Amino acid sequence: MKTKQNKKTTRVDFTPMVDMMMLLITFFMLCTTLSRPKSMEINMPSNKKDLRDDQQNKVKASQAVTLLLDKDNAIYYYEGIPAIDNLKKTSYGENGLRQILVKKNMAAIQKVKELRRKYESNVSANAFNEKKQRDKFNEELSEIRGGEGTPNVIIKATDEATYNNLIDALDEMQICDIGKYVIVPITDFDKQMIQHLKDKGGAAAPTK
Amino acid sequence: MGRFKIKKRELWIDMTPMSDVMVLLLTFFMLTATFVKPEPVKVQTPGSVSSINVPDHDVLTILIDPKGRIFMSLDKKTDMMSTLDAISEKYNISFTLDEKRTFGSVPSFGVPINELKSFLDLDPAKREAYLSSESIKGIPCDSANNEFKDWVEAAREVNPDLVISIKSDANTKYQVVKTVMNSLQDIKCNRYNLITNLKKVKAVDE
Repeated sequence: MKTKQNKKTTRVDFTPMVDMMMLLITFFMLCTTLSRPKSMEINMPSNKKDLRDDQQNKVKASQAVTLLLDKDNAIYYYEGIPAIDNLKKTSYGENGLRQILVKKNMAAIQKVKELRRKYESNVSANAFNEKKQRDKFNEELSEIRGGEGTPNVIIKATDEATYNNLIDALDEMQICDIGKYVIVPITDFDKQMIQHLKDKGGAAAPTK
Repeated sequence: MGRFKIKKRELWIDMTPMSDVMVLLLTFFMLTATFVKPEPVKVQTPGSVSSINVPDHDVLTILIDPKGRIFMSLDKKTDMMSTLDAISEKYNISFTLDEKRTFGSVPSFGVPINELKSFLDLDPAKREAYLSSESIKGIPCDSANNEFKDWVEAAREVNPDLVISIKSDANTKYQVVKTVMNSLQDIKCNRYNLITNLKKVKAVDE
C-alpha cells in the first residue's frame, strides 16, 4: 500500500504547463497582428501627356504651394507662380513646413477637427455600425480635404533628395489635411531658383 | 490485487498529449509571428503618421536599398512561377522545371535576367550568401534596360489583384525612387503603397 502512494506522487501534473502554454499562445497571437508595418497609399498622376496638361490647368496659381526638396534635407517652397525671387527656404517638421501649410489650410483643419470630435463622441460599440460610421467619416474627411479653398501642393524633388524627404513631405500633407497634392518632376527653372537662392545666401552670409 | 491497481491508474487524466498539442501550436505561432521574409538587404523604412495596414496577401514588394539596388518579391509561390514563365517567354530564355521550382521558393530576387539562370543553379546556401553579398546588382531599371518594368508587368498580368508596395530605405536617393515610380507610371500603375513605420506626431492645434 505504501509503494502505491509513492508511485502516485512521482506522476507529473501537466495542467500548469498547459496553462502557461495557453498564455504564451495568446501572446504570440496578439503579437502577429500588432507588429505589422504600416503603409501609405499614394495616387500618382497618369503618365498620359494630354491628361497631365489638363490637370496642370486646374491648379490655380493663387492656391498652389510648390515644395522643392533638395539634398542635405533642405526644403524650399514658393507660393503661386514661379519667379526667381519668390523662393523661400524652410525646414521639415513642426516649425517650418507645417506652420506654412497650417496657415494656408486653417479652415479645413478646423473642419476636420470638428468632424473628428463629432465622430469620437458617438463611436458605436457595435462593429457593424462602427464600420459604417468610419466609412462615413472617411468620406467626409476626404471631402473637406479636397474641398474649395484648400491649397494645392506640388511636390518636386531633386535627384539628391532622399526617400525620407519625400515621405516627410507626404506626411505633412496628411497632418495638415491637404487632399490635393501631386508629385511631379522637377524643372530646370526650379533648379535655377534653388541655385539663385543659394548664391544669394552665400553672398549675404559674409556681410553678417 | 494487481488488476485493481491498473484500474485506478487509468482514472488519471493524462495532460501530456494536450501539452504536446500546445507546444505544436506555440511553435506555429512563434514561427508565424517572428517569421519575416528574409530580405537580402537591410532596409530601414522611414516613419510616417499613416496607419493603414499592409495587405497580407497578393502583395508585390519592391525593395530598394540605400545603394539603389532593386529587389522584388511576390508572396505566392505559384505567382512567382507563372511570372517567370511570362518573363522567359518575353526574353526567350527557357528555364528547367527545377529552376522554376527554385525560383518559386526564393524569398526575393534581384539579378539581371541574363544572370538569373546561373543564380537559380547555385545551391541554396550559396544563393542566399550571394543574394546578401555586396556584388549583387539588383534588377536593372533605367531607360536603356528596364527589366524591372517587364517584371512588374508580367506579375500584374499573372495576378491582376496584385497590390504593389514600395519598401525603400530612408536614405535611398530620390533619383532611384523616381525611376521606379516612372516605370510604374509607364505601365499605368498609378496606385501603390509606400511602406513606412508608424510615427507619432502630435496633432495640429491652433
